[in-house]
Amino acid sequence: MGQYTASELWSITAMQSFAGFSLFSVLLLMALGLAIIFGQMGVVNLAHGEFMALGAYTVYLCSQLAHNYAPALIPVYFLFAIVAAFLASAIAGLFVEWSLIRFLYKRPLDTLLATWGLSLIMQQLFRTIFGAREVTPTLPDWLMGSFKPSESIDIPINGVFVMALTLALTGGVWLFMYRSRLGLRMRATVQNRNMSGAVGINTRWVDRLTFALGCGIAGVAGAAFTTIGSTGPDSGSRYIVDTFLVVVFGGTASLLGTIASAFGIAQAQSIFEFFLEGTMGKVAVLMTIVVILMIRPKGLFANKVRS
Amino acid sequence: MKTLFDRVFGGKHGLTSLAVLALILLAILPLSLDIFRLNLVGKYLTYAFVGVGLVLLWGKAGVLSLGQGVFFGLGGYCMAMFLKLEASDPISTKIQSTPGIPDFMDWNQLKALPAFWEPFHSFPFASAAVLVVPALLAFVIGLAMFKRRVGGVYFAVITQAVALIVSLAIDGNQGYTGGRNGITDLRTLLGHDIRSQQAQYVLYFTTCVLLIGVILLLQWMLSGKMGKILLAMRDREDRVRFSGYDVSAYKVFIFSLAAALSGIGGALFVLQVGFISPSLVGIVPSIEMVIFTAVGGKLSLYGAVYGALLVNTGKSLFSENFPQLWLFMMGGLFIAVVVLFPNGVAGIWQNLTDKTSRWFAARRKAPATAPAVEVNVPVSLETETSKTP
Repeated sequence: MGQYTASELWSITAMQSFAGFSLFSVLLLMALGLAIIFGQMGVVNLAHGEFMALGAYTVYLCSQLAHNYAPALIPVYFLFAIVAAFLASAIAGLFVEWSLIRFLYKRPLDTLLATWGLSLIMQQLFRTIFGAREVTPTLPDWLMGSFKPSESIDIPINGVFVMALTLALTGGVWLFMYRSRLGLRMRATVQNRNMSGAVGINTRWVDRLTFALGCGIAGVAGAAFTTIGSTGPDSGSRYIVDTFLVVVFGGTASLLGTIASAFGIAQAQSIFEFFLEGTMGKVAVLMTIVVILMIRPKGLFANKVRS
Repeated sequence: MKTLFDRVFGGKHGLTSLAVLALILLAILPLSLDIFRLNLVGKYLTYAFVGVGLVLLWGKAGVLSLGQGVFFGLGGYCMAMFLKLEASDPISTKIQSTPGIPDFMDWNQLKALPAFWEPFHSFPFASAAVLVVPALLAFVIGLAMFKRRVGGVYFAVITQAVALIVSLAIDGNQGYTGGRNGITDLRTLLGHDIRSQQAQYVLYFTTCVLLIGVILLLQWMLSGKMGKILLAMRDREDRVRFSGYDVSAYKVFIFSLAAALSGIGGALFVLQVGFISPSLVGIVPSIEMVIFTAVGGKLSLYGAVYGALLVNTGKSLFSENFPQLWLFMMGGLFIAVVVLFPNGVAGIWQNLTDKTSRWFAARRKAPATAPAVEVNVPVSLETETSKTP
């Protein structure tokens, strides 16, 4: 790289690492909800991506509402829309758990097929309601534009926003899981369902709420993605393999593992994609992950417990 | 002691199933459909090769792979590479800047045939590759995973990732694989035009005969010790291991066998349809092949054939007439099969025949209930155990 000056190299490094961090927050956002549903409950939810898309469409609906009825609210609507996205996906999650998942807890492979069916139905619903074209919500002005710390470095604000949201959400999930009563009950149910039932925890409701929480977080992730790209009926399915790989690679039972694996995969991917052509960079990353998973099937941070 | 005849044909019951399938495939469909529709049926039957492989792997051994499309595709690509080389002889490609290489390579400024394409000039090599390449990949994946006792959901997720990797890799190397368009414009097989009506009839019957042959072979295999061990492994893997059997070796074998069968399916697909592309390799086709099997009944080899035919006929009917409804139908089908009919069409059929035979037995009132019981016992065993894969 002899043709670059030192300051240009510095800018490239800065932008490249920002791209890496940006991808890291995206992957982590996608994986958080699944880390709860798959990691804690062992339910393979292949419709996870569609719950993200549901969150994104909720934001789009909110933006349409704000645009048509209360233009004055446009600068602030986005914050409410995130809450709405959480609620919409969480309620949908509650319903899905009640109507489908609860019958399949003992049959993980069947859950996988049933949730794939669910994802097809949800995709077609999005297509019927919102149309096949991708949609973008009207974003408030403060989310547009970019910082320019120096002449050649250009850091988009929406990327920073997604990072901040990821940080807040990860902190929130950690607090919830390890510092709240309901989180305690969830972890207890995962570790020993019968004993939890025996001490008076309603494990059935805990399952339902855990599933809903995971879906709600997926909704927030979807809401965050509307600031980066547009949303189409099949947006969700594009993310699902990456999301699962992040969770499996990190070791399913640990939040820290998910964070570490999202970080590792994101950095690897942004570096590979810088040097290789688009899809081959992705192929290289996925291959690396699969090969590592073949050597360490339980992921990077496996809990050393009997199961 | 079962005779060879019993093992291959599966007794009286199996003989009826075979006769019905042969009648439908070899007589009813060819006589009632025009060549266009029959060619479509032939295409669906190539998916049934993947289906019978999945019956072995998923129904009998309890290992669900979401990457069978990869093996189907690899088999297809091996055949397509041979056909493409035959179609791009120097005379018919003389307008290219480098005559004698496939057209998509010329478009991508390749000057010579890549080394890994060279052996595909030979038909015996290509035919062997159709079986060996998928089986070899499955062997490597299977060895790495099953030796470390990875199974269930992890195996499913990782095979799904493999499907994504392979389809992206084919897609991304346009000069070597034809990229997203795949390998198209295939014309002749050893000098015979594969697009003529006569060739399509020949290929259809070849597919049917091969498929039935594969089913009989698998029936023979499953009726012996292999079948017992697979069943035992699916239900109580630990006990089989403690009894001294190498569980992972059996799983690797079954996975490789299922892959080789999928490869045959892929090769026959290419011959009948005339192209192959990464869209037949990726995640969606792989999981659709699982649903064909589930609809047919994941425990029944014959069921897999009917599953592939039913779902694909439904798909083409619905997507022709109500494209909006198709995904709802497909999604509903996934859920219904899993929740309500875990043994698919074959399970429903079995239930019906059981009920009628019980009804007949009850009418006779005599101690003649014995044969009905004989039929019932293995069936109830299978349905019970299949709930906990």
